Amino acid sequence: MIRLSGIERVFHVGEEEVHALRGVNLEIERGEYLSLMGPSGSGKSTLLNVVGLLDRPSAGHYALDGRDVTGLDDDALSRVRREKIGFVFQFFHLVARLTAEQNIELPMVLAGVDPAERRTRLARLLAEYGLEARARHRPDQLSGGQCQRVAIARAMSMGPTVILADEPTGNLDRHTGQEVLALLERVHHEGGTVVVVTHDLEIGVRAHRRLRMVDGAIVSDERS
Amino acid sequence: MRPADTLAFAWQVVRGYRARTLLILLAMGIGVAAVVAVSSIGEGARLYVMNQFGSLGTHLVIVLPGRSETAGSMPGVLIGKTPRDLTLEDALALKRSPAVRRLAPLIVGAGDVSVGARNRETPVLGSTAELMDIRHMEMAQGQFLPPGDPRHSLPVCVVGAKVAAELFGTRRALGEWLRIGDRRFRVVGVLASQGESLGFNTDEIVIVPLAAAQALFNTEALFRVLVEAKSREQIAYAQSDIEEILRERHDGKREVTVITQDAVLATFDRILRALTLAVGGLAAISLAVAGILIMNVMLISVTQRRHEIGLLKALGATGRNIRLMFFAEAVLLALGGAALGLAVGKLGQLVIGQLFPSIPFTAPWWAVIAAPLTAIGTAVLFSVAPARRAARLDPVRALSKR
Repeated sequence: MIRLSGIERVFHVGEEEVHALRGVNLEIERGEYLSLMGPSGSGKSTLLNVVGLLDRPSAGHYALDGRDVTGLDDDALSRVRREKIGFVFQFFHLVARLTAEQNIELPMVLAGVDPAERRTRLARLLAEYGLEARARHRPDQLSGGQCQRVAIARAMSMGPTVILADEPTGNLDRHTGQEVLALLERVHHEGGTVVVVTHDLEIGVRAHRRLRMVDGAIVSDERS
Repeated sequence: MRPADTLAFAWQVVRGYRARTLLILLAMGIGVAAVVAVSSIGEGARLYVMNQFGSLGTHLVIVLPGRSETAGSMPGVLIGKTPRDLTLEDALALKRSPAVRRLAPLIVGAGDVSVGARNRETPVLGSTAELMDIRHMEMAQGQFLPPGDPRHSLPVCVVGAKVAAELFGTRRALGEWLRIGDRRFRVVGVLASQGESLGFNTDEIVIVPLAAAQALFNTEALFRVLVEAKSREQIAYAQSDIEEILRERHDGKREVTVITQDAVLATFDRILRALTLAVGGLAAISLAVAGILIMNVMLISVTQRRHEIGLLKALGATGRNIRLMFFAEAVLLALGGAALGLAVGKLGQLVIGQLFPSIPFTAPWWAVIAAPLTAIGTAVLFSVAPARRAARLDPVRALSKR
């Protein structure tokens, strides 16, 4: 489903060239639950951005659902992204002036989904993530866990191919972090593909497939 | 993204940043209000002058003795030199022109007018019965000069309201006798008070039959002939007929100046329109300033909302979506500002109208349309740069910076 071959990502910082990704080859199948670990600066986030089509590789090929997306322009990437990718961020990234339900609805609004269809899906997501009572609250009236639940519901609203979570528990206390993780695992149990980037070994080991990165390369790939 | 959703999103932004929105509304509003108010003052002045000329009479053609190279400048009569006088016979001959409805020859002089011991010097007009209709005069009491052969002198006169009051006091003027120079005239009418109408204050004149004025001032020469054409279209024919007839009568020499009210009107109209446009244009500069303000605010907004824009892109917004959002925001702000400005401008116009009730202040239609359109135009124009900048934001960098 996701097939990366020979992916390089080079940043130019002043005169220097920084190799954030070196010859990454990776295949992810539908329904996998995968964690991506490694020290800071090892290229985890860059790899996640490449997989999420936010960043373009400097070299190599990326096929998503059998389609080569390496050469697409920005607008085409945006369209693929909204259909197939769901992001969950460490700092939630909710729009502060919008209510919880408006935040969840946002990807559907951007994709031009019919308003009636939007309402149906919204009602289902609010129920699924236990947010019905909080639907009309703004992010500053929500707890961190609730914010992340809104973010996950938002990521799921377009029925994406893969959920990409970058340190989803990094900004939450341990207990809330567990709850959020449980929600992501539920997505996986229902057949979704989940990729979690984390520092936290305890979280990392819960995934069925564990990748370890060092200096822009995948150094280990364990399955259980 | 559906257009309605783009608009709704922009509306939420506009509502979300109240202070910023108010500031822009104010700037836009002042710009639009300035254009509307200033141009309505200009238009009011124009209409005022037009009305003043209009009260002179309609379809008016004025014949002056003496030749002037440029229409509008004062002919030789003022310095007392004229090749040949314009006479009553000349004036009557003008009736041959089919384009002429009626005419009134005019002699003007200053006369010592007295009733008993009361005495004052006033302008004395010699004319015919037609003058009343040509000049749109109205009577307060009695009749105007009686119609009849203008060569025949009758000892009657019509006096202005102020003259009547000064000479007769509270007594009734009608039917009384007054003396001008060494002649006696019976007052047959008092003019209604009309006030100043471009140099002629009809309140302070005495009108006598033309033949009487000729005898009084011992002259055959007419001061001018007022001619009324049959219609607006006939003015040009009347003018050329008059010139033709008078050239014939004056041995082929062109010794008169014929000016039409239309020509004078058109000149004033042009000047005042140009003035209105010019001051309106000056006011429009404030709209450009408002546009630049919008641009600045939008640019700041792009910086402030980096996160949000990055997020929207990550969630699948295309560059076009983002640009349209910013345009929609700018247009909403401009529309609000324009509405506010039109309202304030209209209010200002009403206030000035109350202060100067004699001047018909109205915003010209072009200003009412052009000002809001300019506001929206500048808003869109000046939001191009911020919108492009927003659309080009790199989502990774926008999201990573805290």
